Amino acid sequence: MTTAQTTELSPKNLSDANERNKRRQGFLMAFPAYAYLLIFFAFPLGIVVVYSFATRNRFGGTDLSDWNFDSYIRLNDEVLRNILFRSFTLALLTTVICLLVAYPFSYFLATRTPTIRNVLLVFVMIPFWSNFLVRNYAWRVLLGSDGPVSRLTELLGLGETRILFTPTAIVLGLVYGFLPFMILPLYASLERLDWSVLEAARDLGATGFQTLRKVTIPLSMPGVIAGSILVFIPSFGAFVTPEILGGGREVLLGSFIVSQFLEARNWPVGAATSTVLMAVMLASALLYFRKGGRTL
Amino acid sequence: MATTKELRGGAKWALSLNAWLVYFFFYAPIALLVVFSFSDDNLVGRWGGFTTRWYGEFLDNDGVQNALGNSIRVAILSTVISVVLGTMAGLSLERYRFRGSRMFDALLYLPVIVPDVTMAVMMLIFFTSLDDLIGLQITRGFSTITLSHIAFSISFVSIVVRARLAGMSETLEEAAQDLYATRWQTFRFVTLPLILPGIIGGALLALTLSLDDVVITQFVSGPGSTTLPVFVFSLIRRGVSPLINAVSVVMLAASAFLVLLSLLAQRSRGGSVT
Amino acid sequence: MTDSGNTTAAVTISGITKRFGDVVAVDNIDLEIADGEFFAMLGPSGCGKTTTLRMIAGLEFPSEGSLKIFGDEVGTLPPNKRPVNTVFQNYALFPHMTVLDNVSFGLRMQSTKKREAASRAQEMLDLVQLGEMSARKPSQLSGGQQQRVALARALVNKPKVLLLDEPLGALDLKLRQEMQTELKSLQRNLGVSFVFVTHDQEEAMAMSDRIAVMNEGKLLQVGPPSEIYERPANRFVADFIGQTNLLDATVEDEDHIILTNGDRLRAPSPHRPGTSVAMSLRPEAISIGERGSTPAEHEATSLVGQVESVTYLGHAIDYVVKIGWIDLEVRGDATAGTRRFSAGDSVSVWWDRTSDWVVAD
Repeated sequence: MTTAQTTELSPKNLSDANERNKRRQGFLMAFPAYAYLLIFFAFPLGIVVVYSFATRNRFGGTDLSDWNFDSYIRLNDEVLRNILFRSFTLALLTTVICLLVAYPFSYFLATRTPTIRNVLLVFVMIPFWSNFLVRNYAWRVLLGSDGPVSRLTELLGLGETRILFTPTAIVLGLVYGFLPFMILPLYASLERLDWSVLEAARDLGATGFQTLRKVTIPLSMPGVIAGSILVFIPSFGAFVTPEILGGGREVLLGSFIVSQFLEARNWPVGAATSTVLMAVMLASALLYFRKGGRTL
Repeated sequence: MATTKELRGGAKWALSLNAWLVYFFFYAPIALLVVFSFSDDNLVGRWGGFTTRWYGEFLDNDGVQNALGNSIRVAILSTVISVVLGTMAGLSLERYRFRGSRMFDALLYLPVIVPDVTMAVMMLIFFTSLDDLIGLQITRGFSTITLSHIAFSISFVSIVVRARLAGMSETLEEAAQDLYATRWQTFRFVTLPLILPGIIGGALLALTLSLDDVVITQFVSGPGSTTLPVFVFSLIRRGVSPLINAVSVVMLAASAFLVLLSLLAQRSRGGSVT
Repeated sequence: MTDSGNTTAAVTISGITKRFGDVVAVDNIDLEIADGEFFAMLGPSGCGKTTTLRMIAGLEFPSEGSLKIFGDEVGTLPPNKRPVNTVFQNYALFPHMTVLDNVSFGLRMQSTKKREAASRAQEMLDLVQLGEMSARKPSQLSGGQQQRVALARALVNKPKVLLLDEPLGALDLKLRQEMQTELKSLQRNLGVSFVFVTHDQEEAMAMSDRIAVMNEGKLLQVGPPSEIYERPANRFVADFIGQTNLLDATVEDEDHIILTNGDRLRAPSPHRPGTSVAMSLRPEAISIGERGSTPAEHEATSLVGQVESVTYLGHAIDYVVKIGWIDLEVRGDATAGTRRFSAGDSVSVWWDRTSDWVVAD
């Protein structure tokens, strides 16, 4: 037991002092970022939740003194229910299509020799890093009424293509935008796969399809989950794609929230919708961290 | 390696067909956009002979130039600040434990997973209430955009730096100290050179994110202070024009350049750090 | 032993304990390492040997106790202020520096002029026969070469004590044996104390002047290899060092013990009658012969049993002899003309009175 009289120089004290020093040093290094995120992220996040319980006043401003659940109750309106449902369906559809396209693609990538694999991967990274807005705009050009796609279908005798400003165009744009988000985690988990396990499965008499279903897919599940979440979350709250390719006709969650702030000026309802979106996102992220890896 | 990796017959054929179709899907729209940016026709998707006049217009258009200038200024300043803060945070979380470090860890991950619409709402309400609650008025524009971009970039930088640090054994730092290096010398001569590729990677990511952002910037920007993506977005909403084609190609070229840089940074990662 | 003599010990550890949270990694150990000694710390992984080494290096600080290097208390001095250097387990060479920069790093950090540091580093590289490799990166070297660089990088600083953490662990068998000899002669030439951590008992035996055996944070025995091998302090040491038969028994009187199968053997021990002990009997110390062929002088240290299995090793034959329910491993002679036994043969086994050793738990 250390007593109050223990000299300053006893190893126990010095060892503790050193630990304390190290902790303080660690804290000081993290402090600027910590403080920044508290002020410019955690605090704003809190205010959004506060606003979601407030009331819109006559002038389009927000009355913070009147607390209620009205905004959340309004989420149950027919209009909003439809918007939520539509956004959910489109996001889900986008995720499924991405998964169906990306799985065989990543499998193909993971089974190439390392040199070829790296080259092929670079050509996935380029769209991944490229400007999302511009990539969506490219489809606007392609799908325009006298754009190249329409011209091609006319040439083939299929008539003019009219998918611009439809949900189909939105899904197309979302898939185009988020496909790399599905490919990269899938590829990462397939590349780590122990291929001798597959040989073992074949050796034990499984057909190619059985091996895929019972071994390959379960083993690559972390990648499937990570990719699905990385595609689903931004699709669910997408704003840019529906604006450019949906022409704002098909109101989705992202556009709805934006309009509550920039046009309708009903901040409490916008804040409540944001809060719900955030809750969905947090739930998915928790699922991801529980089931998948830590990498993003 | 394993032989079952190579599928036979139809499956193998379908697999490579799918792969090439995916690449076609990725690149055909971009390629066509580049082609049409040189088209001498007032319709965005029609070929009307070769011209570079849209690029000339890009250079002459004050709105575009102003937005481009804003974009570059915001991107550079937010990258510099978020790289410094994010690197320090990454180092701290990977090498130290302190009270509250786990909560900080969680806080660092949040901006990565919050949808940009939500983040935009957060920043808008935040800057408004600063005025309402404590009477602090920040002019919407350069400063609000930069502050918001830093808020999401810090997290990405620190994640990339941490990944690099996690792959680097702490023994190297111990070896330096055993060889008479002080804490600062250890950082300067061992830790920093080894995590530099991670820092560069994080910086390029922050730069890209800042140059790409539309939604958050749109919420916190003021009149005359938009960035290029926001400016382009508002142009597209009013109607497409070949000028946008040219601006888009310039933005794509910038992205490709950044990818190239990040690949070079990756290559310089050198031997395995164990 | 105290350092009251006229020579000061290189390292003096008194009452050192190290806790990580609730885990006691090193539990109140006392240890003295003499100047110029080749000292090994031996034990299974997690026994606290590496933690002890790291405390000497300054990479961990003791929770309690005192640690002196040549009489100076260093308990909580940071590693860069101690006159010791370390060869790390996986060498920890700086991957971004050339071999020469790696070796001159320590000198540069002590403000040696660049040119002088480079020339001394080059000399040291020549000494470990890597003079040609100075411009290479560590990743371009073989494991054995990396190990020499690590050694040069530590020795160029002329440490008062060199610490080595499983330095040969990553090398293959042949290279390891070469390096053992080399390390030993290097140490003799330099006259510096080497403190060497290993889990390989043969390595420890082959190289060290003295060995400290540790387990679960406790220091079990310190002594020269022969003492540790022949006079283990307890059951763990006997079992850990070399191959041995440990026969459970109870002390009958000061000269005899009774095995669990009822056989009574002559085996002097200092333990009180009734204490449960084990008798350590090395397989190579046991002789085997036809039943009843025990020489008269070994009657008191002889047992009768049946051969259970035979393993032919070329230079020797390993028998397992069943004595009641006790399995006894016996290493038999395989030279031509020696009687060989097969499974099922009835045999007598005996040994010299001085080659058994009774240990308490």
